Amino acid sequence: MSPFLFWIFAVLTVTFGAAVVFNRNPVASALSLVVSFLGLSALFMSLDAFFVGIIQVLVYAGAVMVLFLFIIMLLDIRMEERRQINWFAAAGGVGVAVILLIQIYLVIGHSQSAQRAFPPLAGSTTDDVWHIGRLLFNNYNLPLQIIGVLVLVATIGVVLLSRREPR
Amino acid sequence: MITLGDYLVVSAILFTIGFAGVMLRRNLIVILMSLELMLNAANLSLVAFSRFRVGADGLPNYNAQVFVFFVITVAAAEVAVGLALLVALYRARQTTDVADITSLKF
Repeated sequence: MSPFLFWIFAVLTVTFGAAVVFNRNPVASALSLVVSFLGLSALFMSLDAFFVGIIQVLVYAGAVMVLFLFIIMLLDIRMEERRQINWFAAAGGVGVAVILLIQIYLVIGHSQSAQRAFPPLAGSTTDDVWHIGRLLFNNYNLPLQIIGVLVLVATIGVVLLSRREPR
Repeated sequence: MITLGDYLVVSAILFTIGFAGVMLRRNLIVILMSLELMLNAANLSLVAFSRFRVGADGLPNYNAQVFVFFVITVAAAEVAVGLALLVALYRARQTTDVADITSLKF
């Protein structure tokens, strides 16, 4: 992928990611999150990970965001009313985040391998779903079963949580 | 020329935005969205490392992409349970603002 396209999608992802946090309206936050996830999916595809890019669109931009928007509309959540902002706490939160960013940046800057470009591939990776599926059902069969149980438990838990208690 | 470090910096910025969202926002729904941003930032660095470690057969290291698959599955389950908790909380308290939910505050 050309550097130009990489920077376009990187800026798109980060800008709309920031819009998620800074929008006061939850609906606008959710829609910004969709755009951010689409940019992220393009970044995955630029790394020759087509399967991951496509399930990013299907699961996140499709299922998860519909769930978020559904809950926002269902609860009829309006704009956050303005309150007295605790500036001390807000500055603390931003400070911790900025310190974290500086730390990660310094680690990346001092790493030798982070300065190298990606090595070339032998061929196309459009069949990566075959490789991932083979790994998933051979090497990672037990984790896959555990994930299945986890999703089942989550489903039962959601039903139990959203049930009205009998009086 | 795009290096591994460029992808890692984008991932770090995205993680920091999500972290700042969890720290700063008071709306529970936006906090859940910021959690999703952080998980996706981790996924981006995993996929970048997967592409960086090209094996002897000239293919990316697919172990990392299997891990991304697991992360996405767990994140979807987490969103479902988190939103169900949110609805139950809203039913009990008529609010989604974390500043109003202080029963367990020390």
